[in-house]
Amino acid sequence: MRQTWDFHGGIHPPENKTQSTQQSIRKAGIPQYLYLPLSQHIGQPAAPVVAIGQQVKKGDMIAEAVGPVSVPVHAPTSGTVIAIEDHQVPHPSGLTDSCIVIETDGLDEWKECIPCENYEELEPAEILERVRQAGIAGLGGAGFPTAIKLHPPRNDKVNSLILNAAECEPYITADDMLMRERAHEVIGGLEIMAFILQPEECLIGIEDNKPEAVAALREAAKDTQIEIVVIPTKYPSGGEKQLIKILTGLEVPNGHIPADIGVMCQNVGTSAAVYRAIRHGEPLVSRITTVTGEAVEQPANFETLLGTPLSFLLNQAGFNAAKASRVLMGGPMMGFALTSTDIPVVKTTNCLLAATQKEFPEPPPEQPCIRCGMCAEACPAELLPQQLFWFAKAQEFEKAEMHNLFDCIECGACSYVCPSSIPLVQYYRYSKSQIRIARLDQEKSDKARERFEFRQTRLQREQEEKEAKRKARAEAAAKAQAARAAEAQAAEDPKKAAVAEAVKRAQAKRQQQAAPEVDLAELESNVQKAKDKLTKVEASLQQAEAEQSDMAEKLRNAVAKNRDRLAFAEQALADARKQSSDTSTTASSASLPAQDSEQLQRSIKRQEDKIATLQNAINDTRNSDPDRANQLQPTLDKSLARLAELKAALGATAPDTPEEQAGPDLEQLQSQVDKAKDKLAMMQGMLEEAQAEDPVDDAKVSKLTRAVEKNHERLAAAEKSLKNAKQQAQQIPGQAKSSPEELEALRNNIDKARDKLVMMQGMLEEAQAESPTDESKIAKLTRAVEKNQERLKAAETAYQNAGGESVDIVN
Amino acid sequence: MSIVIVAVLALLALAVTFGAILGFASVRFKVEGNPLVDQIDGLLPQTQCGQCGYPGCRPYAEAIAGGDAINKCPPGGETTISALADLLDVEPIPLDEEHGVAQGKRVAFIREDECIGCTKCIQACPVDAILGAAKQMHTVIVDECTGCDLCVEPCPVDCIDMVPVGQTIRDWSWHKPGSEPIDPTRIITTDQRTDPNDQEAA
Repeated sequence: MRQTWDFHGGIHPPENKTQSTQQSIRKAGIPQYLYLPLSQHIGQPAAPVVAIGQQVKKGDMIAEAVGPVSVPVHAPTSGTVIAIEDHQVPHPSGLTDSCIVIETDGLDEWKECIPCENYEELEPAEILERVRQAGIAGLGGAGFPTAIKLHPPRNDKVNSLILNAAECEPYITADDMLMRERAHEVIGGLEIMAFILQPEECLIGIEDNKPEAVAALREAAKDTQIEIVVIPTKYPSGGEKQLIKILTGLEVPNGHIPADIGVMCQNVGTSAAVYRAIRHGEPLVSRITTVTGEAVEQPANFETLLGTPLSFLLNQAGFNAAKASRVLMGGPMMGFALTSTDIPVVKTTNCLLAATQKEFPEPPPEQPCIRCGMCAEACPAELLPQQLFWFAKAQEFEKAEMHNLFDCIECGACSYVCPSSIPLVQYYRYSKSQIRIARLDQEKSDKARERFEFRQTRLQREQEEKEAKRKARAEAAAKAQAARAAEAQAAEDPKKAAVAEAVKRAQAKRQQQAAPEVDLAELESNVQKAKDKLTKVEASLQQAEAEQSDMAEKLRNAVAKNRDRLAFAEQALADARKQSSDTSTTASSASLPAQDSEQLQRSIKRQEDKIATLQNAINDTRNSDPDRANQLQPTLDKSLARLAELKAALGATAPDTPEEQAGPDLEQLQSQVDKAKDKLAMMQGMLEEAQAEDPVDDAKVSKLTRAVEKNHERLAAAEKSLKNAKQQAQQIPGQAKSSPEELEALRNNIDKARDKLVMMQGMLEEAQAESPTDESKIAKLTRAVEKNQERLKAAETAYQNAGGESVDIVN
Repeated sequence: MSIVIVAVLALLALAVTFGAILGFASVRFKVEGNPLVDQIDGLLPQTQCGQCGYPGCRPYAEAIAGGDAINKCPPGGETTISALADLLDVEPIPLDEEHGVAQGKRVAFIREDECIGCTKCIQACPVDAILGAAKQMHTVIVDECTGCDLCVEPCPVDCIDMVPVGQTIRDWSWHKPGSEPIDPTRIITTDQRTDPNDQEAA
């Protein structure tokens, strides 16, 4: 007789097991539809490997394991896959999850299974793989993948392999009946697991309320090393940690698994499934489920296909829906009430309990805790249920965790003994799920933070890179500007510089014209060379053909290639010739007005750039070096004069341009007039400033006056040319009225101009109000306002000219 | 007299010594940054939605550490407020409606046949949860989406919806027992009698 220990607490509820042990195991039969959840185990859900409409045989894999902690799902009978969809699954929430739906054909045709007469010929790793492929997960209730459990981490030595046959929960007799009728399968499975693990001892822990099962097991285990240990009946001796304590006296430390102390516990149902998988090659497609309770007429154990709807199974046992108050999945202590009977049997469904109102009356209402401490006495995990209850009620989950909430096995002993009928387990389940959800949220928010911070650093890095590039560009520009300024200073006589520039330009042009000729010569020689080569290759080809050498093929390719090359060269030559003749004609017609005005515009552009540079230089130097600014001033004036000249010349050429260009020309002219006006205003401002600041500097004032005069002239010229162009444009009948789109554009322009004007006026008023003394600023703003008014008027005239209705003028 | 001087000198010497030790310690063991900000940031939901008026959760954490109100985070809701109140040892206050109301978890969903591939939402997403390229259809990585709403506004064709996340088995929670009111007649036994004669007698 082996020594046994006792565990703390525990209760003795009415067993109610005899109802369902009166009949032997019955076959539940084949329902029309089977719903197979992809997640019937702990770990990653399996991934479907069948298509809708596919025919499957019994035992065919329909979903494969994903990742290490996962098991596949197999077809429980032959039929057709008709859907892969969300369907209600056995879960206290009553929520749906993805399921494979099979329409059965009633033939129950097995796939070809590979039996194994002698498992000892197989490697343990091979057996483990077969167990995994058979889709076996713990049938006791947790559903942990058996292959993972049979392969302890770090290959810890397993001293005791325990088969859990205690089945302590009231009403449930699935394991009991299995052991009574199929003891050899249970023992066979245990032997296979022992072969894999090579433990020092093999134990079967069984409660003394199952004498028939004990007898059957003893008979089956006669010639083996397996020891059958009969333990006193007490709930929950079937808990893994409790059974280990009873059989070995060892306690599994907090946060560890039994393998850490050299013990492994497996369920008897799992053992039988392992035996069938190895001996017969049959995957896990059915299990034994107890259907009991007063609301069924013939309580019994059924060998049920996985995926069978509960309603089908209940009907097999004579379910009386009128009598039933509720249907529980699992036992009365740890099970949960179902919201619907449309859900399937899964690998962990050990019992269906259809209870009447009398059998399971409504739980009495919860009353205040009276601190009696009975729960602590009943707790098999030696926790402090009272404390946990207070923490759960106050939502102090952290403290509950500190009091080892996660060591609670949710056996329900505390709720059972509670005189205040507090649903303690409900509170613990609630706390646990809240903690789990908070952890998930924390994980998610950590991930979000990480991603956010990564994005921030990335954006910052990009910004820095951009900034560095911008700096480099600015430095290069500043250098170039400085070089240009130095050059401008060095050239004492700007005329000389201009002449030198002109000479340089002319030279460049000449070179450009000369270039095509050089190219032509080169191209001609290329063509000649290509021809020579072609003839040579052709000659060698003929020779080769005469000798019938295998070189002929290669040579033929070469000839083709050379011909292509020649054609290409000739083409290039022809193109070049054409281009050169084009350039010569363009060159000869250089005196054409269009060409001329283009050139003029280009030089105007250049001149404007130059002026801008000079002005920048002046502005820069004005503060630091007034003398130098004064030196630069004449250069600027001259450039301005030249610009005016050029523009006048352009104005003179413009009327000669063909009439179709009147439209764009008008715009151009208009913009020029605007520009001229701006410049004039600017000059006037500068003149005023100079007069105010330095009345003695006569030279500067006179220069500026001159510049102002010049600008006046230029403006007059520009306006004149604009008028001419406008008259011309009006003479063309078709152009008098523009298309509505253009009108729209013009109107937009007016609006924009008006907005700007209003803004400027606002600014002016502000400036006047704020600083009436700052005259220069006010003067500038007034000028800007005037300019904008003019612009607005111009835009309006343009709009009216184009054929739009007159618009109100806003001042 | 000399005793007094000795005592004063001794005290002075002690003060200098300990002052030097304290000064050294304050330099040697100086804590970089404000650890409180990290703790507060850890409690915020990290949606980076900016509903609090700060550009992200960390800036708001810094603001809270600087004395700002703790009730400006609608995605966190009551849970976050009570956690912050616990941490900062202040009274929990109700959520400031000005910054929005607490909503259930949502994720962005791009109606892909309407997307024109402008990348504006990608630039707006604070956690890089939108995948796509210019002129290519975009899509949301649901697992990474924090439901912050920031991508909805910039979309020029309004093809982004905020879809509420349905509950799955994996994030389902048992409800708290005792949340439903108790029928008092079920506690007091004498009230349970429904005999009409008794009622008349009463």
